[in-house]
Amino acid sequence: MKLFTALMAGLLFGLGLNISQMTNPQKVLNFLDVSGNWDPSLALVMASALTVFGLGYRLLITPSTAPVLDDKYCLPEVKTIDKQLIIGASIFGVGWGLAGICPGPALANIVNGDPKIFGFIVAMLMGMASSAPLDKLLLK
Amino acid sequence: MTDFTPIPALLGGALLGAAALILLKFNGRIAGISGIVKNIFKSNNDNGWRYCFIAGIILSPLFLKINDHENEITLGASWTVIIIAGLLVGLGSALGSGCTSGHGICGLGRLSKRSIIATLTFMSTAVLTVFVMGFRG
Repeated sequence: MKLFTALMAGLLFGLGLNISQMTNPQKVLNFLDVSGNWDPSLALVMASALTVFGLGYRLLITPSTAPVLDDKYCLPEVKTIDKQLIIGASIFGVGWGLAGICPGPALANIVNGDPKIFGFIVAMLMGMASSAPLDKLLLK
Repeated sequence: MTDFTPIPALLGGALLGAAALILLKFNGRIAGISGIVKNIFKSNNDNGWRYCFIAGIILSPLFLKINDHENEITLGASWTVIIIAGLLVGLGSALGSGCTSGHGICGLGRLSKRSIIATLTFMSTAVLTVFVMGFRG
């Protein structure tokens, strides 16, 4: 059952990405291109998404109780603003601004078969793998 | 050049929010794509839901009849840019514990201070990057 709800959530998420056109890097880049042909669509996507999630969270989620199909909610526990957060988010933003692709849209683009998406995903996995060693080496 | 598409944006965004809510309410998990992908390689147990969620995203375009060839997606960036972008997106989301879905939707929706800071940060560097790179779409 847990697998089924995860699959359904993934499908719905993917549909959201496709319908909002967030799978199209041009839409993303045109939002970030504030001084150029500005397309504000992404702002509406995020506003709509976080409103639905935010309201639903307030109304339906009590973190101290349990979700429907598991023993507890797995919510982030770190509360401090640390340098990993700032540096990581900064780096993420640069990468996102270079190609207009982030993890979700990358996955949703796989079935289009463009080899560049596979290249992006492989590079992304390598980037993820390098995070812990780099963190240990440079930031700790 | 892409047009402002408010209705699909609002609708698609609502679906994103609903999907994240379902994953949280039923599975007790945050729909942060970077975290889910990263943890598939880290965790050895309980990965079933991760595979299913990711499979759902990957398969989702097949459920939409996309006959609209004007909106066909072309990845205009060069291979060099694509690879560098991928590396930075991977490194940055792992180090920063989240991406646009984890921080931007779920974190902001929970009014998390960390996510507010993270989102403002990556939005700023993304806008700056586009500006410096001279992208014109």
